[in-house]
Amino acid sequence: MKVAVRYFASVREALGPGEEVGVDAGASIASLRDALAARGGRHAEALGRERVLRSARNRVLCAEQTRLEDGDEVGFFPPVTGG
Amino acid sequence: MTAPRVSIRNEDFDLAAEVAALRAGDGGVGAVCAFVGTVRDRNDGAGVASLELEHYPGMTEQSIEAMIDEAMRRFEIRAVRVVHRVGVLAPTAQIVLVAVTSSHRHEAFQACEFLMDYLKTQAPFWKKEAGPAGVHWVDARVADDAALARWGIDAGNAAPSVVA
Repeated sequence: MKVAVRYFASVREALGPGEEVGVDAGASIASLRDALAARGGRHAEALGRERVLRSARNRVLCAEQTRLEDGDEVGFFPPVTGG
Repeated sequence: MTAPRVSIRNEDFDLAAEVAALRAGDGGVGAVCAFVGTVRDRNDGAGVASLELEHYPGMTEQSIEAMIDEAMRRFEIRAVRVVHRVGVLAPTAQIVLVAVTSSHRHEAFQACEFLMDYLKTQAPFWKKEAGPAGVHWVDARVADDAALARWGIDAGNAAPSVVA
């Protein structure tokens, strides 16, 4: 299945605005993040576990164990700093 | 037609006009509480030349609408308006407005503070500061997570996440 990944703030600066990614059925936000980081290079640096990131599924903040479905939009970004 | 509750935009806002529109025609309003956040010229001891705000279009509006729904459930309030600016802002510029109307002051004060505490850690905005030392993304503050915890909500923003 496919999901639309979107990056923001420092993650966007490193990786661009986003990309479409194929994932296995049963994938979670965490497994997607690890698969992207496993590409190495900029992806490893921006999405690796040493970075504190927040994530959203279909534009709602979600814990990383959240399961994904085909066509989902997944956002990866640093902790938010608005207001 | 009533004005939308949330506006995300680069343009500035007029506090008096926003408050006037929010309470227009509602004779039940006895209190208006409005918070305005502005750009400081210093942050953590360093000078700030400008601030750039990025957001997640679509998610931002949706998350703030959900916050307003939660505030309406928790407090006896009548109307809410949130305006948040994005893009490049200079020191002294207005960044954010949260305005709440209610019959009595206590609920308006409470809901306004609740909404700001919520917005600081749950709405997808990111600040990038430019100053004499260059440009950097602003770090989230643990104190902001603690502010939301007072309302019984785990912000889970500044602190490292726990992955099951």
